[in-house]
Amino acid sequence: MASPAPNPAPDSTALPARDTGMSRLAMGAIALGALAFAVLPLILPTYQVSILTEVLIFAVLAMAVDILAGYTGRTPLCHGAIFGVSTYVVVYWTSQMGGSPYVGVGLGIAAATFVAAIFALLAIRTSGVYFLLLTLALGMIVWGVCLRWTSVTGGENGLRGAVRPAALADGFSFYYAVFAAVAVVAFVMWRFVRSPFGLTLRGIRDSESRMRSLGYNVPAHLFLAFTISGFFAGIAGALYAMFNDFVSPSTVGLSQSVEGLLMAITGGIGTLFGAFIGSFAIIGLENLVSLYTERWQSVLGAMFVLIMIFAPEGILGRIRSFVAQRRR
Amino acid sequence: MDRRTFLKSSAALAAVGTVAMPYVARAQASGPIKIGVMAPLTGVVAAGGREMVDGFNMYWEERGFQSGGRKVEIVVEDDASNPDTALQKARRLVEQANVDMLFGNLLANTGLAVANYVKGNGMPYFIPIIAADDLTQRNRIKNVIRVAGYTASQFPRPLADWCLKQGYRKVATISQDYTFGHEQCGGFCQTFTEGGGQVLGQFWHPLNTSDFSPYLGQLANLGADVIFCMETGADAARLMQQYASFGLKGQIPLVGAMNVTDQSVIRTMGDEVEGVVVAAHFAEGSDNPRTKEFVAAYGKKFSKLPSLYGFSMYSGAMWIDEALKPLNGATADRAAFLASVMKTDLVNSPLGTTVKLDAFGNPIYDVSIRKVVKNADGKYWNVPIATYPQVSQFWKSPLAFPFAGRLAGIEPRRPAS
Amino acid sequence: MNSLNAFQLLNGLTFAALLFIVASGFTLIFGLLRIVNLAHGALYLLGGYAGYAAASASGNFFLGILAAMAVVAATGLVLDQGLLRFVRGYELRQVLLTLGVAFILNDMTLVIFGGDTYTVPAPEFLRGAVRFAGMFYPKYRLFVLALGILIFIALWLLLNKTRLGALIRAGVDDPEMIEAMGINIRRIFLLTFMLGAALAGLGGAVGGAFLTLYPSADAEILVFSLAVVIIGGRGSLVGAAVGALIVGLLNTVGQVMFPEFAYFVIFGPMAAILAFRPLGLFGKAA
Repeated sequence: MASPAPNPAPDSTALPARDTGMSRLAMGAIALGALAFAVLPLILPTYQVSILTEVLIFAVLAMAVDILAGYTGRTPLCHGAIFGVSTYVVVYWTSQMGGSPYVGVGLGIAAATFVAAIFALLAIRTSGVYFLLLTLALGMIVWGVCLRWTSVTGGENGLRGAVRPAALADGFSFYYAVFAAVAVVAFVMWRFVRSPFGLTLRGIRDSESRMRSLGYNVPAHLFLAFTISGFFAGIAGALYAMFNDFVSPSTVGLSQSVEGLLMAITGGIGTLFGAFIGSFAIIGLENLVSLYTERWQSVLGAMFVLIMIFAPEGILGRIRSFVAQRRR
Repeated sequence: MDRRTFLKSSAALAAVGTVAMPYVARAQASGPIKIGVMAPLTGVVAAGGREMVDGFNMYWEERGFQSGGRKVEIVVEDDASNPDTALQKARRLVEQANVDMLFGNLLANTGLAVANYVKGNGMPYFIPIIAADDLTQRNRIKNVIRVAGYTASQFPRPLADWCLKQGYRKVATISQDYTFGHEQCGGFCQTFTEGGGQVLGQFWHPLNTSDFSPYLGQLANLGADVIFCMETGADAARLMQQYASFGLKGQIPLVGAMNVTDQSVIRTMGDEVEGVVVAAHFAEGSDNPRTKEFVAAYGKKFSKLPSLYGFSMYSGAMWIDEALKPLNGATADRAAFLASVMKTDLVNSPLGTTVKLDAFGNPIYDVSIRKVVKNADGKYWNVPIATYPQVSQFWKSPLAFPFAGRLAGIEPRRPAS
Repeated sequence: MNSLNAFQLLNGLTFAALLFIVASGFTLIFGLLRIVNLAHGALYLLGGYAGYAAASASGNFFLGILAAMAVVAATGLVLDQGLLRFVRGYELRQVLLTLGVAFILNDMTLVIFGGDTYTVPAPEFLRGAVRFAGMFYPKYRLFVLALGILIFIALWLLLNKTRLGALIRAGVDDPEMIEAMGINIRRIFLLTFMLGAALAGLGGAVGGAFLTLYPSADAEILVFSLAVVIIGGRGSLVGAAVGALIVGLLNTVGQVMFPEFAYFVIFGPMAAILAFRPLGLFGKAA
């Protein structure tokens, strides 16, 4: 691909990604982070607990984005839509059909996975900005359908109900339920990206032609990676349905996809657990900034610009390269 | 910048989850009354949101931020025209800022999201702008009261009656395709057809339709006596502007929902708005002395004519103030507070008439049929041309519950309680 | 019924003309600089507001148009030289950076103009409707249609009959080659970026007179422009024109015949085209 820059990067279509080698230091940091998430709710007031719940849920979305953006080299802008499909199905199942929330969660995740599979079929032939644009367009279709299919989705007003099972009604026990679920999901995703399959994806990210000549079925791998990423986004969406008891088109909107991607980037593309840092940073900052000013949009935009210019490898990526330099 | 002092001082750090804050019991009778106001200060309807806050603050400034002998403190949050954000801000106001009541929101979806939340915790929530029928009809929530607000289908009914009296028999409608549109258009069509009128065609378009020409082309050829439109914000501006540029203005009279000719829409527009007729509780061009006084005071402060948003939040604040007086400002007993609000009659509002709440928490108004004309300053405003006294959200038959909806749609049902 | 169809066809064509004006700027920047400028919609809105302010102050619509183009071209200059230069060569970082810029520009226009709905005042002789072929049609829309055709011809002449155009075309196909010929391609890039931005500004001022200006108008026009460029293909002027026609007509058909699936009618074909012809109808591999 010809590039107008005087010194084009070897891989100008992808965001810089950091590879994961898990050092003892990293293990310690993860344990510390997990401990913080486990203990903080004990000392925080209820509102902050709800914010922390949101941080965990969006971290899963950001990790799902990272599987594609960081480990497969395909940056998507449709994960908000996949996430939101799950939210819609869960809320619809419980509020309109009167079904059980647990079944609803299963259906929501299945629906999200299905939508992701369809998107994957259409999108895996493209890469780089075209992939970004196509996924953006696919996400817009979902948004348009949710907005206009009023008889099912409630249109602009969305759907409301009491999704959360009675056992998890208070924010405190709900937090720990989410915490447990997210811990399991994060572990599974971590194993996934380090599995032989995950390593193959990284090979595809670094050089598609090499992997192809080595005899790998690249399209099949991309398809599966996209679908699996959608499955995880669906889990996040289902949790979000329980968190809010409510869904509207803004849940499947472009801004949701952008936010998920920004969290993954802020934390560090290709770091997986950086998603927690990204999610914490964005949601925390949004809450902090909105105490002082209504100009959150500008702050978010400025953050986007600054990260792209100065720290495209994200917070965790930055720390890693710093540590690596010290070691040398 | 005084409106956020509480949050700043005690919770700024806690917001990012680093500092523990003990649970503060609900405000003591000695402390200030805390009112959490949510308005869309960014997003599609940001202009309306700004005026909501302006109108609300204007009332409390006039009263020196005092009610029932207690100080009143206002905490403003931006709902960003987005229901997810509205829900988050409602949580913050209730769980962190420990407000005594919630106030506001503009878009129906934000209001419905917050209503769903307060249903679970009993927090009093006042909605002078949110007009979704359900909230004071089928799915009434006891702690959600529409002080100084209105139900979507409430005003289009007298308008339909007025249209029949003008001799219009055939109507075509164009409305935004979401609940607020369905309810207003449904209310109009129901009363219009019950009175012997005929609906020739109905068009539903998505919010933020940039180009109305496909619909206008069809509307023009139906042979209607009158066209009813239900639009908000930029859609309203575009519809009237394109209606005029397609040469329909002057050919077929245009009537509509009150939001079509609200000041927030017409203050930046020209002669294309002249002559549009709508029905509403408030008309800024009324010669009622109380209305004139309010319009003058508002104009002096913000150098513009008041919109529905400024008026409604101002009057809503007055309603709560009046309800708190007999309680000496005590808000801790929510049941007593809500009961007092329901009993309160709004006497001295900018409407200049007495307004009561019905049993479902929705006001009963003298409704004006109002028309857009140019005033002495060369600005367009709404002037009353006819009045329908004591119109409730159930029109003329409070027992029949003629719920509006899309014409062929919703079956009438009895309310839950 | 026949006149109704002609009427709807005209509606589709006039909307397509506006889309072409906006999307041609988008596709020029995308084609030559490889930048998917997601701030293009924000530039459109900025141009609209600038056009409104200038036209209302001066009382001259055409002065408003010129002001809009100048303001937005200047903004493009700042954007390119002040921000994008730091991420040159990184496609995705450029895209996401422009997204951030779009957020900021939107918020700033909200601060300045306060979110009310504005209409750029059209000149007196373009107001009202003309009667022809048995129907009324707004003069202003016919003006937009004519302007769209005019811009197409002007751009076509620029690209095909001038030295600058030849350089731009060559740059789309092979930038290194141009550089090797000792031509300062950076300056050509910058000129193209400003030209593309100016077209967005022109679109804003022209569109602001019949589609009105309001917060979030930028996102709507951006999504339409994206669809146009994706269908037409990167960097292709003819592609932008064909794409604009397809999207404009599909939009009318969708609204009239399939209101529930209006978005699907536009984005369904677009997704299909992109899935089977990833570079668009007229796109060429770089």
